[in-house]
Amino acid sequence: MLSSLTRTSRFRWLFGVAFALCGAAVVADDRAHVFVGAKILPIEGDDIPLGVLVIRGKKILALGSSESVKIPVNAVRHNVEGRTIMPGLICTHSHVGGPWAGDSAGPLQPGVRSLDSINVRDSGFRRALAGGLTTLNLMSGSGHLIGGRTIYVKLRPAEVVEDFVIRDDEGAVMGGLKMANGTNSMKGAPFPGTRGKSAALVRQKLIQAEEYRRKLLKSAGNPAARPARDLGLETLVEVLEGRRVVHHHTHRHDDIMTVLRLANEFKFRVVLHHVSEGWKVAKQIAAAGVPCSVILVDSPGGKLEAIDMIYQTGRILEEAGALVSFHTDDYITDSRLFLRSPALAVRAGMSREGALKSVTLAGAQMLDLADRVGSLKPGKDADFIILDGDPLSVYTKVLETWVEGRRRFDRSDPEDRLFAVGGYGGGRDGATGDYCCLGERK
Amino acid sequence: MKPRVRTFSWARRASVLWVLGALICSDSIASGQVAVHGEKVYTMAGEPIDDGMVIVRNGKIAAVGRASDLRVPEGFRVLRAAVVTPGLVDAHSVVGLAGYYNQKQDSDQLEHSAPLQPELRAFDAYNSREKLLEWVRSFGVTTVHTGHAPGEVISGQTMVVKTKGGSVEAALLVETQAVAATLSTDAKKDWGKSPSTRGKMVAILRQRLIAAGEYAAKRNAEKPAERPGRDLGLEVLAKVLVGEIPLLITAQRAQDIASALRIAREFKIRIVLDGAAESYLLLDQIKAAGVPVIVHPTMARARRELENLSFETAAKLKHAGIPVALQSGYESYVPKTRIVLFEAAVAAAYGLSFEEALGTITIDAARILGLDARIGSIVVGKDGDLALYDGDPFEYTTHCVGTVIEGEVVSEVRR
Repeated sequence: MLSSLTRTSRFRWLFGVAFALCGAAVVADDRAHVFVGAKILPIEGDDIPLGVLVIRGKKILALGSSESVKIPVNAVRHNVEGRTIMPGLICTHSHVGGPWAGDSAGPLQPGVRSLDSINVRDSGFRRALAGGLTTLNLMSGSGHLIGGRTIYVKLRPAEVVEDFVIRDDEGAVMGGLKMANGTNSMKGAPFPGTRGKSAALVRQKLIQAEEYRRKLLKSAGNPAARPARDLGLETLVEVLEGRRVVHHHTHRHDDIMTVLRLANEFKFRVVLHHVSEGWKVAKQIAAAGVPCSVILVDSPGGKLEAIDMIYQTGRILEEAGALVSFHTDDYITDSRLFLRSPALAVRAGMSREGALKSVTLAGAQMLDLADRVGSLKPGKDADFIILDGDPLSVYTKVLETWVEGRRRFDRSDPEDRLFAVGGYGGGRDGATGDYCCLGERK
Repeated sequence: MKPRVRTFSWARRASVLWVLGALICSDSIASGQVAVHGEKVYTMAGEPIDDGMVIVRNGKIAAVGRASDLRVPEGFRVLRAAVVTPGLVDAHSVVGLAGYYNQKQDSDQLEHSAPLQPELRAFDAYNSREKLLEWVRSFGVTTVHTGHAPGEVISGQTMVVKTKGGSVEAALLVETQAVAATLSTDAKKDWGKSPSTRGKMVAILRQRLIAAGEYAAKRNAEKPAERPGRDLGLEVLAKVLVGEIPLLITAQRAQDIASALRIAREFKIRIVLDGAAESYLLLDQIKAAGVPVIVHPTMARARRELENLSFETAAKLKHAGIPVALQSGYESYVPKTRIVLFEAAVAAAYGLSFEEALGTITIDAARILGLDARIGSIVVGKDGDLALYDGDPFEYTTHCVGTVIEGEVVSEVRR
């Protein structure tokens, strides 16, 4: 990230853009930063009552008790006595930035990408940072059986969406596939009118993708025999090969079972999203080894599929042995108050350990990012938050949010505070990168 | 000031004992007779009481004080909790008109056939057995100001009810609490329909108020022949004009709040500001006008007209000396209702003290509704409405362990 910004700056410099960029090249900070005195909740491993966290560049270098951690010379020291440090929060289901991709053309749109739809200057990203979110899965809505490719993003400084994306080892943009069943995608033709039709349409499309995949495999080494490129089917081939996880909106218990049935038939990897009635089929979900990304809202109802939404879903799924995360579904719930969800789950009996994991490591596992984020471990990305109290207390606030070794939110900064607390201008979209407010460098 | 957090085991033990007791001597327990023992009792009328006791007799608070100073009368059921507060008052909601299915059969909060329909009574649309009522009362909410929702320039009337089930008559406190008006985009129609501008919204509201004044004057004409026939809508607006009931004006942007204040000045009527997302910009004007504010849910979505909302609005109003209450508001989707306890909790984290925040959903809400002689604090003679918690009521991980309305235990789920 830092190097790409430097390249951008040089480019602008060479072309003499009349933008006050003199001396603005971002200098990589090679010094280590050390955070001393906080209670550290690493999520993997025991809590450290008076801990030390050391980061350098984009990575975590070390953490532990003050006796066990060697502090590098020249390290920038941050006194965080009395604070709590935990991994940056991971939201497995967010709509911040307008990632709507599927349109009204039809219910099956695997070829569209949220990547092509994100406004990185959306004020929602500022609010998400204020809530301690560092990694998000940005997705289309649930109005389509197949709503398109989702993208996994880090809330780095961003001028364009490419600055946000997370790439895999081959450099490809990481993301899943948004799917949905139940009433949201049931509407007038060409959308389905019934649940049976919904499932049939999806099965037919996946069968088409299987055939496409067979042709692709058969044509190996012979470009002439290769079937014509089809963006949608290419995406579904990735799903069939387990390279792209399906993020499946589903509320009712029978709809959940339909997803499990389809996943079993086509052998795709899936995360169940919302799962309002997951508590009714928790055993079946756990037996299928399928993770759940749960929504928790203040009251049941509001739509027919949510009438049996209960606060105990997290606990019941946890007890059944399923992997559980929570999500904001922002704008449905506010990213700034994401920690309410695990806290309300604890109110309803979920373990504290499971609840804290649900918004960190469990989310990372669902996004295939557990080797990089989700816990505080040497070698993982330096994504963490500093809180002024227990993460599950209503009175606690996120003071700072760090993404890959850069402080991206600082509550003591008046502009950051505006997004954290609200107030005039707090909803205005603006810069999320190095520039704010009409081009002034931050 | 935050109360100590205690486990629930005491209360649970007590309730088991009670069940046993009830089986043995159920005849001796009359309804509306209950004694509530709290490790901390927030009366909202003076300092909180440590190791306090509230005795409710025949539905009314008969005694409140240190437990050691009071004797539980024979046959009274005894409840225990870490924290006891007055039953919560939701200063503005739509529950009972808006139901949790959110389908045609349980959505009576908005009538879109005309922009001005003050004649619609909340009373005629209220489902006292609505499931959302059971839900909110399980968090300690005992009174709601509910009725027609924001969304038309005048959408109808509001009323105040207790959250107990049974008939609307049994639950009713105030049949017509206010006339609900909206000066925001929510009441604006698409182009081609009216009203589709702010100027038009205000114009039709003023015109109708003027008509109500003329109607009232003619109704008082000496000769019966000169009196116009009864008009339900003008009749209720005439009550607004003489200050008998307030106009509850939902306005979010500062400019719309200013319009609401302008109308109040022009007609010399009582108004209550509702929503008021940008009210922090107009503290002096609101204070000078003597207008109370029922602030939008603290956690309302920061979008569109609410894009400038702040978690600190309730604190700013309160500290400016403006009467302020919180509300669950109106949601058209999920969650179908918010819970005013949670909204006050966030306000407590953003500038209000614990007791100030509790005030916004108890005594201050009662005052704004003009019902503080009856509800909103734990004072002898007031209704025996209480909420019981196993810790700081605002903490996410605390549970409401009991709700009492007029001495009846209406909820005992641990929620």
